[in-house]
Order: sequence, then structure tokens, then C-alpha cells
Amino acid sequence: MRSDPRDYEFSSPGTLAGALSLLNREPGQWLPVAGGTEVMVQYSSGRLDARRMLNLWDIQELKQITEGADSLRIGGGCTFAQIREHSAVQKYFPLLAKAAAWTGSIANQNRATIAGNIVNASPAADSPPALLVHEAELELVSTAGTRRISYGDFHLSYKKTALKPNELLLAIHLPKRFVKWFSYCQKTGARNAQAISKVCIAGIGKLSGGRVETVHLALGAVAPIPLRLRKTEKVLLDAELTKHTVAEAQRALAGEISPIEDIRSSAEYRRQVAANLLEDLLESFAASECGQ
Amino acid sequence: MSLGSFSLRINGENRVVEAYPMERLLDILREHLGLIGTKEGCGEGECGACSVLINGELVNSCLIPVAQADGAEITTIEGVANGEDLHPAQKAFLACGGAQCGMCTPGMIVATVNLLNKHPHPTAEQIREGLNGNLCRCTGYMRIFQAVEEAARTGSEK
Repeated sequence: MRSDPRDYEFSSPGTLAGALSLLNREPGQWLPVAGGTEVMVQYSSGRLDARRMLNLWDIQELKQITEGADSLRIGGGCTFAQIREHSAVQKYFPLLAKAAAWTGSIANQNRATIAGNIVNASPAADSPPALLVHEAELELVSTAGTRRISYGDFHLSYKKTALKPNELLLAIHLPKRFVKWFSYCQKTGARNAQAISKVCIAGIGKLSGGRVETVHLALGAVAPIPLRLRKTEKVLLDAELTKHTVAEAQRALAGEISPIEDIRSSAEYRRQVAANLLEDLLESFAASECGQ
Repeated sequence: MSLGSFSLRINGENRVVEAYPMERLLDILREHLGLIGTKEGCGEGECGACSVLINGELVNSCLIPVAQADGAEITTIEGVANGEDLHPAQKAFLACGGAQCGMCTPGMIVATVNLLNKHPHPTAEQIREGLNGNLCRCTGYMRIFQAVEEAARTGSEK
């Protein structure tokens, strides 16, 4: 059953200050909606519980990408089309440009925003693994001001985040310090375009004298939250990327992930594909010249 | 809750609609304005049958609350031709057999117009990506891709 538009309130304050003051006055009462690619799907199918919509789409303060000396700041309201086409994203964060290009169709990329993708907190979303390996920081804002937290601390459990009911995700900060590192990402879905991932992976790293000097790995759709693979990284540290090391890393990965069976895949398939993707990543890593 | 008044510039004409803010742009087009060329397929942003251009950007009109389209410039399939003179994409879909049942065709053509606006000479990969949000269950896509190539050829001859 489709929702009845008469049941919904819709507020368009038009400015960040206006939106925050509404959220502060009635925290938890208003559902922020930007491009609508998530909220409107729920609405169309009658599954949208919220009845009061707070329109963020026309808030210009959320829509800028600004390049600093050491980092890139992406406004929460930036669309994936904007992100994938931005020259600094392509130059410093090719994994994010790729993830943006993987997110839905062109029409959806023209509407879907990065803050929406993050706050919606689907463990299968395409951009989180790239954000995790680049150690992104989130800037959250309320009427009381802004605070910054590591993106790695944002997802608490399935669909639960550190965002407070009176806050919005103002911007994502990405440090540029990884620019010369090896980077890799891959996604497995039912078809190439417009498919939600069965498993997706991102990794960056540096080799030194044939050994792993440092590596950051993250996976999507294998746990209740987008997952940074801290234990697998530890196994790889200082190791040569031999077949033995790859097998050790795959064992560590198997212990870190907890995939489920759902409409898109079985848990067993996800386990196998996650291991295969890690192997492919590490083979490319070993073959890379970065840090040599 | 309460009706609002929304100004839309549709295919070059100013229209004002009285509607609830969460009414979908798709329903406004089809039911309020009688522009039934835009189709509803899945109603959840997957199939592209409801594709329109808002301020020159391709979107799924089933995912747009009309309040977010207030003041926008909208092009629907009805606005693609220049009077009786079909757009090169429309001519090419006819010439190449790019349509069968026709349900996806308006969306396919709007997506093609968008693609050619951005890439007048698209590569095969750009064509596939430009239409990747438009599903067709009849043609197997090959004739559609041929039609887009043909439209790029004939469109650039002008």
C-alpha cells in the first residue's frame, strides 16, 4: 500500500540554521530528507514510519566540496554525481570516486547524497569501505556547534549510529596523506550497474622492502556495520605477501566477519567471496610498486 | 497535512499545482497535469520508466516529492521533440527498433537525451552507463544501444 501524502508534514527551512533549530526544538520528530533515494522508496511502498519530513535538499551550506592543504572537505549534501566528477576526489581518493560511480544509476547518483548514504547506515553501502580505509572524520552539527568524530567510531551496531537526534552530518573530512599509497576496491553484485553489493572491499597500503609497512582494509555487507578489518591488518603487518601470508590473512578475515543470509546472498557465499576479494587485493598489492 | 502551491516550469511552460508536498512528481505529472508519457514501473527508483530531467539533470520522478521540485525546470518526454519535429533520439529509436512494448521507452529516450547533452559522442561504455538505470524487459538492449549510437550520429550532423 502506498503512503497517503495527506498524512505527511514537510518543512523546508532552506538554511542550515533553520534546519538545526527545528531539530533542536523537536528532536527525533523530524526525518531529514535530501535526495530521497532512500526515504522516498520507503514512502512509495508504505513503509515510512516518520510523518514529518525535514527538507535538506535546497540547503546550500551542505553542498560544497572544498580542498584544503592536507584534507578534502565534502559537504554532507553533496551528491554522488558531484563527488565522482570532482577533480580532487579523483586525484586523491580514487576509491571514493569509484564507489560513487557504483552507487545506483546516474539518476540516483544525481540525487543520493553522501551524508544520506552514511546516516542511513546500511552495512552494504558502497562508500563506507573507502571512507573507513582513508580514516575519514565526520563533522556533526547541532545548534550547540560542531563536533568531529572518527568515521570508524560512527557506526555502533546495525543501523545505529553516533548521530544524536538534534544533529546533522555536516561534512566528511578526508586526509590526503595516503595519496601515493597502493589502493584497491572491488564490488560483487548481481549485475554491474545499480545493484546493492553482496560484498564490497576497499584497501590501501604501503610496501617497504617487499614487506607490508602499513595496510588499511574494510569490507561492506559482511557484518552489522561497515567493517574495518583491524585483526586482518595486524596479521599482514611486516609480512611478505606470500601464499602463506594470504592464507593467514584469510583466516583472520573469517574470524572478523559475520555475514548473514538475505535476499541478495547466502552467508556462505559472502564468506567465500570476501576471502577471494581479499586474495585478489593482496595479489595486486604484492604486484604494486608503491612504497618500493 | 495541508495543500501547498508549487510552481513548475514544465517543457517551457509555467504551471502551478495545488498539491500535498509529499506527492510524487510522477503523480503530479501524470494525474494533475495529464502528462502520461512518463511511466511508472517499479516506483522505487530502480527501473527508470519515470525518468525526467530536473534543471537538466536526469532523475527518477517517483522519488521526488513535489515540494523539492518547486521552482524547477522540468523536461518530460512530451518536451523532448521540437513541435512535430522529433528529437534525434526519438527518430533513432523508431529507425532502429529500439522500442517493443514501449513501457520503458519514454524513460530510455529521456536518459538518452541526457546522455547526449553530456556526451554528444558517447563511447559504448558511456552509453551503457548512461542508460544503466533504465530497465527493458523486451529488447535485450542491443537495439537500444544501436539507437543511441544512431542518435549521436544524426544529432551531431545538424
